[in-house]
Amino acid sequence: MFEFSLLSAMTFLPLAGVVIILFIRGEQEYVARNSRYVALFTSVFTFAFGLFMFLQFDSASAEFQFVEKSNWFKPFGISYHMGVDGISLFFILLSVFLTPICILASWESIKVRVKEYMIAFLVLETFMIGTFCALDTVLFYTFFEGVLIPMFLIIGIWGGQRRVYASYKFFLYTLLGSVLMLLALLTLYAQVGSTDIIVLMDNPVARDLQMWLWLAFFASFAVKMPMWPVHTWLPDAHVEAPTAGSVILAGVLLKMGGYGFLRFSLPMFPEASLFFAPMVYWLSIIAIIYTSLIALVQEDMKKLIAYSSVAHMGFVTLGIFTATTQGVEGGIFQMLSHGLISAALFLCVGVLYDRLHTREILRYGGLVKNMPKYATVFMIFVLGSVGLPGTSGFIGEFLSLLGAFQVDMLIAALASIGVVLGAAYMLILYRRVIFGVQVNKDAAGMPDLNNREYGILLSIIVLVLWLGLFPNVVLDRVSPSVDKLLTEYHSKLEVAAGFGNVIVGVEGEQVK
Amino acid sequence: MIDFNLLPLLPEIFLSLTAMGFLIVGVCRGHESMQVVSWASVLSYAFCGILLLSMSWDTEIVLNDMFKFDRFAGLMKLLILLGLIISVALSVRYLKQEGIARFEYPVLVTLAGIGMMLMVSSNNLLSLYMGLELQSLSLYVLASFNRNSLKSSEAGVKYFVLGSLSSGMLLFGISLIYGFVGSVDFGAIGNTLASLQNVPFGVTFGLVFILAGLAFKISAVPFHMWTPDVYQGAPTSVTALFAIIPKIAAMGLLIRLLFEPFASIADQWGQIIYFLSLASMIVGSFAAIMQENIKRLMAYSSIGNMGYALIGVVAGTQGGVAAVILYLIIYLVMTSGVFTVILSMRRDGSDYEKISDLRGMSQSNPVMAYAMAILMFSMSGIPPMAGFFGKLLIFEAAIAQELYILAVFGVLSSVVAAYYYLRIVKVMFFEEEGDAFDGDLPFARRIVLFVSVMFVLAFAIKPGLIVASTQGAASVLFAGL
Repeated sequence: MFEFSLLSAMTFLPLAGVVIILFIRGEQEYVARNSRYVALFTSVFTFAFGLFMFLQFDSASAEFQFVEKSNWFKPFGISYHMGVDGISLFFILLSVFLTPICILASWESIKVRVKEYMIAFLVLETFMIGTFCALDTVLFYTFFEGVLIPMFLIIGIWGGQRRVYASYKFFLYTLLGSVLMLLALLTLYAQVGSTDIIVLMDNPVARDLQMWLWLAFFASFAVKMPMWPVHTWLPDAHVEAPTAGSVILAGVLLKMGGYGFLRFSLPMFPEASLFFAPMVYWLSIIAIIYTSLIALVQEDMKKLIAYSSVAHMGFVTLGIFTATTQGVEGGIFQMLSHGLISAALFLCVGVLYDRLHTREILRYGGLVKNMPKYATVFMIFVLGSVGLPGTSGFIGEFLSLLGAFQVDMLIAALASIGVVLGAAYMLILYRRVIFGVQVNKDAAGMPDLNNREYGILLSIIVLVLWLGLFPNVVLDRVSPSVDKLLTEYHSKLEVAAGFGNVIVGVEGEQVK
Repeated sequence: MIDFNLLPLLPEIFLSLTAMGFLIVGVCRGHESMQVVSWASVLSYAFCGILLLSMSWDTEIVLNDMFKFDRFAGLMKLLILLGLIISVALSVRYLKQEGIARFEYPVLVTLAGIGMMLMVSSNNLLSLYMGLELQSLSLYVLASFNRNSLKSSEAGVKYFVLGSLSSGMLLFGISLIYGFVGSVDFGAIGNTLASLQNVPFGVTFGLVFILAGLAFKISAVPFHMWTPDVYQGAPTSVTALFAIIPKIAAMGLLIRLLFEPFASIADQWGQIIYFLSLASMIVGSFAAIMQENIKRLMAYSSIGNMGYALIGVVAGTQGGVAAVILYLIIYLVMTSGVFTVILSMRRDGSDYEKISDLRGMSQSNPVMAYAMAILMFSMSGIPPMAGFFGKLLIFEAAIAQELYILAVFGVLSSVVAAYYYLRIVKVMFFEEEGDAFDGDLPFARRIVLFVSVMFVLAFAIKPGLIVASTQGAASVLFAGL
């Protein structure tokens, strides 16, 4: 019985924390302190649920596990359907791991409206977990869109100078993409007669329709990812968001795009995916090279990391749309690794920002003298981001490139340029901030990491190295699902090629 | 044979009697009785609701086919009564604060309510017109209820002149229909039109006029001009009333008219409604961006919302009508909550209605600000709020009928609309603290606000009952087909 509702319990546990926080009354200081603790305990509990799920997860199976299903909108057959497979497992873990980290990272830096802040993060956690668990398109959309509300408030209330602009841009960009996806979901419902993701996967629609639907989904996921040229909200959102907001944005929200490609685009629209794959490749290449070049000239640390995120996500889309085992697994791995490393990099920037309240690279320099611990930790993450073997960053990039080489040599070669550029901007950033002469007195006087910061970053380092050295922890669990996904993908393509364009037709009736 | 079964009319009769009774009480007791009469009216609406629920909801046509009671009418009447309860409960404190506490107010609201209930039950073009006029005349008076205010008088006159024009058009349309079909009875019109091979030109012409008249009542573009001015000029409690109920009644009437007598010429009215819907959505969302006054903003918002609701009518299916009803239910609840907040925008005894007056409200009046934010997110259709599900089912109905262009414009304009709803959230949450509004909300407003926010938040948990009842109500309109 316990396992029966594991996913729901994990998804809605944070809301229980929200209810508790709502009832905290009293002095401002007292409310703030208690809200922090309640939020932390709730998210740690949720993380414990996540670990439990990880241990219970049957790594040999490609099927959805911990499945729950009940009626929701009865006349429409829309159901509350949750489940986890190898593809979503690690995104859920990433969400439940990063939330307590975010709450810890905001422990001191958020001073105003702490109660609301913690509520926003817990609500956000519910939506994030729900997005990755949902096996019904309407349920998925509900969670996927719901994320916008807390994130809008987090950027808008606790953000920097241009926070209003950034929060609007974030909200409207993503909403615009998503509403088109909503129409596509409804069209699928009208055609197939179901909103269940599993049913939709087994019933591909006609080729022409696939093209339109693919584009509608692409509009949503490409914005979320973000892919060039719809990435411009990301640097703004990152720069203005508070540290923890950037962490969750880079760590989890961007992954929803990639997850969407894997859950919807490839299995539901195989022919369209094949057709549009070259376009995705080229957009990815542009993202990788162009945004790397932009990152090279940034003077703002957060902006630099934000552009590097766009570049890293380029590898993900490239990997996924190669539709090879290595490419897809590499894409997933790259997302996980980027979720950890970029989150950590934003935390590192946050550490400096908390002390000096500026993100300008020029205002720092020579930090290795007064912050040796920080220098070490930061170096590990910079190298992880560069993709040094031994860190998780290496596995992801390597596998995606391996996938790309099987498909198109030119594309893969161009993407490899991005690896070099990535090393360039990250190492330059590191050199300018950490090494050199200490010209700024206030920067030279900053204290080193305190125990809280050290603890947070150390826990991420352990994961980055662990995944880098033992990638099979992830790959073993991911590969059955990916194999299933790709086998079905290729068989659907063969069927489509075999019968021309006539898999249209009567699926609707069959399902009903 | 004289048909004298008045049982289905019981709620209307009851309300008429109470309205007259309260009128006598008011005349005898003077204006101090406003409060008593108001709360007594609220009780009478509630009682009327219970009466309605205890009746048999089977279809019944009485008074020589003038009046029809069915599940659709029953549900719409329940909504109207709910709206009446909310709007009168919200008004009491406001009227006293504004110094316009006169007993005619609840009586006029009741009369308007009776008119609306007759509208959704009409089975004849003449009873339709009678209900509509009873409603409209009461509302004209209400709009100018604050007779010392120039703006309120202007709103009343404007509403009256334009309203009469639209009633004239409606009546002209009715006369054309009568001339070409030979009957004003819904059933007879339906049968005649269904039997015709070609629709006479006069019928189409008459239909256009009728639709123009009704489009005015639901303030669909291009007949929306009065809405912002009347919304702004009328006393805020009356604006709340305007926003909450007449739209629902007029939409109910429109649906009944289109799906019963004119069902067989759906291809004729389909294009008209299509255009009304598209134009309302676009104008509603773009024009609202520039507004500084929150009442005007809500006016454009209601125009846009009617545009979305009309999508379901265009779809022309049972699912579409059910989606419209659900949309109206959710719209009623959300609007009630929003107007509770707008009514409470008072400081030192005077009314504030600029959007910028909401500045920093999340600090000064956090409860109201959070309620408003939740309602705004719901209005812009962000899940998991109820507003999203209303839109979802509307678009589902549209997509099922392959109305892709309408759906695409619908979602795009909802993104534009999100911009101005977010602006209110922005002003409340992202801007520096402003002066606090008077914090002590009257009990009735607390209840309304709490219920509407809870409904918006919790709708997603168990939508089954409401969705099923809208389906049931819609099914009776399609039973004969």
